[in-house]
Amino acid sequence: MGTRTCHRVYLGSLMTTFDLNTDSVRALNQSLHDASSGHTSVTKPGGQHCIACGIDAALEVSIDGHVGYYCAGMNQEAHITITGNAGPGVAENIMSGTVRVKGNASQYAGASGHGGTLIIEGDASSRCGISMKGVDIVVAGSVGHMSAFMAQKGRLVICGDAGDFLGDSIYEACIYVRGAVGELGADCIEKEMTDQHVQDLTQLLAATGIDAAADEFRRYGSARKLYHFDIDHANDY
Amino acid sequence: MTTDNKSLRPSATFSQHVLDEIHRAADEGIYEIRGFGAKRPLPNFDDLVFLGASMSRYPLEGYREKCATDVVLGTRYAKKPIELKIPITIAGMSFGALGANAKESLGRAATAMGTSTTTGDGGMTEEERQASKTLIYQVLPSRYGLNPDDVRRADALEVVVGQGAKPGGGGMLLGHKITARVAEMRDLPEDIDQRSACRHPDWTGPDDLKIKIQELREITDWQIPIFIKVGATRVSYDVALAVKAGADVIVVDGMQGGTAATQDVFIEHVGIPTLPAVRMAVDALQELGMHRKVQLIISGGIRSGADAAKALALGADAVSIGSAAMVALGCNRAVFIEDYAALGTAPGYCHHCHTGRCPVGITTQDPQLEARLQPEQGARWVRNYLSTMVLEIQTLARACGKSHVLNLEPEDLVALTVEAAAMAKVPLAGTDWIPGSNE
Repeated sequence: MGTRTCHRVYLGSLMTTFDLNTDSVRALNQSLHDASSGHTSVTKPGGQHCIACGIDAALEVSIDGHVGYYCAGMNQEAHITITGNAGPGVAENIMSGTVRVKGNASQYAGASGHGGTLIIEGDASSRCGISMKGVDIVVAGSVGHMSAFMAQKGRLVICGDAGDFLGDSIYEACIYVRGAVGELGADCIEKEMTDQHVQDLTQLLAATGIDAAADEFRRYGSARKLYHFDIDHANDY
Repeated sequence: MTTDNKSLRPSATFSQHVLDEIHRAADEGIYEIRGFGAKRPLPNFDDLVFLGASMSRYPLEGYREKCATDVVLGTRYAKKPIELKIPITIAGMSFGALGANAKESLGRAATAMGTSTTTGDGGMTEEERQASKTLIYQVLPSRYGLNPDDVRRADALEVVVGQGAKPGGGGMLLGHKITARVAEMRDLPEDIDQRSACRHPDWTGPDDLKIKIQELREITDWQIPIFIKVGATRVSYDVALAVKAGADVIVVDGMQGGTAATQDVFIEHVGIPTLPAVRMAVDALQELGMHRKVQLIISGGIRSGADAAKALALGADAVSIGSAAMVALGCNRAVFIEDYAALGTAPGYCHHCHTGRCPVGITTQDPQLEARLQPEQGARWVRNYLSTMVLEIQTLARACGKSHVLNLEPEDLVALTVEAAAMAKVPLAGTDWIPGSNE
């Protein structure tokens, strides 16, 4: 497949453009892996999978359109903006940098993310933040069921509502919800929202550009009853 | 009144072991969690024997004629397939379940022998990467320690769908093995019981897995092979689906495979033995025209060169050892008897990997216990063991007239039991009868 990459000067830096209607995802990703800086614009993604995954540099990537599975997977340092909806597993295992979805995200958004920030300006589907290990995820809308399942570290901020079984088997991750919460998952409880939590959340919301008042949120976390296997808690698992 | 020995008739249904287990359950109210693999008798490779050369077959001279053992894994899509000098790899075992010295020992031995080791739940340690020239990095459901830097410095990736000891099950690393280092690698608090999920967090089913593998290939620029590991259950379907999902290499782990900590009921009652699993996997690959194009690694209770040679003869490209490598490191060796006793066991019976109190310093994070296994000595033991296995495989292959161990074939084997004949699809010895195949 021929690569039709064009380079042009954009705001004083080199801008690379990929039209995924004609260029391949492979060519795009290889270019992103070879680059150490710069801005890449991706047009007509057409819901293709694995776009901009595995970046390991402080690149700027703008994707104009809808993406399929695992966009921005395992991202390190890059700042990626998706102006469209994202398929399953957006920013899975993100380590650092930011991924912003200016639309809705499908299931497993930010799964097992270790660091960095994922911002979803619309809604996220089920299992948002599943197995998260340090990432900050801010969802301007609502999330589906089983979000933050086995979440270990990091923060999941839900400005809308949360589906059932929120935070099931959660470890030390912190969940903030502004709207309604369905049934809580095993070992997940509401916790006190202290001044420190309000201050931390205010900073996170400001940093991610999400307009919401931190003192309107409630906080959820682990009751820590399942940290050691206890037969008396067998029915809680 | 004295006991009349003639009246002491044990029950076959309620054997002493069954009685003990019911008493234990009544006392404790919970199933037994233990390490090691299945302990009950199962059909296995001992039920097969080779037909050495005779009037119609020409043997090779045992010590002089070449019998090659090299194998290449990952030739389907990867730009850099793995080239091994021997058809025996070291299976995935986690840092956490094993101590750092054990992992380093395995890495050193594998490097010396020209083969690979595999990480495990919890990620890749620097010691392991340094010790092991060829290192397979597992992508597990828990994603503990998974990071793109290690993905890129791995020689292959292994997506673990399941393992033979517990197909369909997750894991449990008990709190006393979660030291500060283990906890940091896994992003967990210290001293808590760490659960490993039984399902991957970001894919469900083979269609998703195909895209997941595409992502891993994109991240690694299509350079390194992608393995898929499954516990042996519905082997025919799983192998076909793994091929469809894009695997370069498929690892099928039979129910004799070991674990660091799982429910006894899982170990003994879920999955199928390695013997039928090999044949089912090979048949599935052959049906798809992918045999030898997608390489097959067989594991689960492989103990000797004979076991390995029989798996190769049935069509595997390599075997993988886990428990046997630990035994080579000293597992169940009759030393430090008092420490076995402190665990309520004895050499030859120990399956207390889950306790972290391994008397021989393998499955422990305790510095004093771990010091009992020095990497140099451990590497020597495992190297010797692997060398012995290779010599045994070559001996059997030469006897069958093969100049390469991968030239062994099912026609070189017969079965000693009807069950083994049916499972391996080779004739019952002394007959031309393959139950279920040519009736």
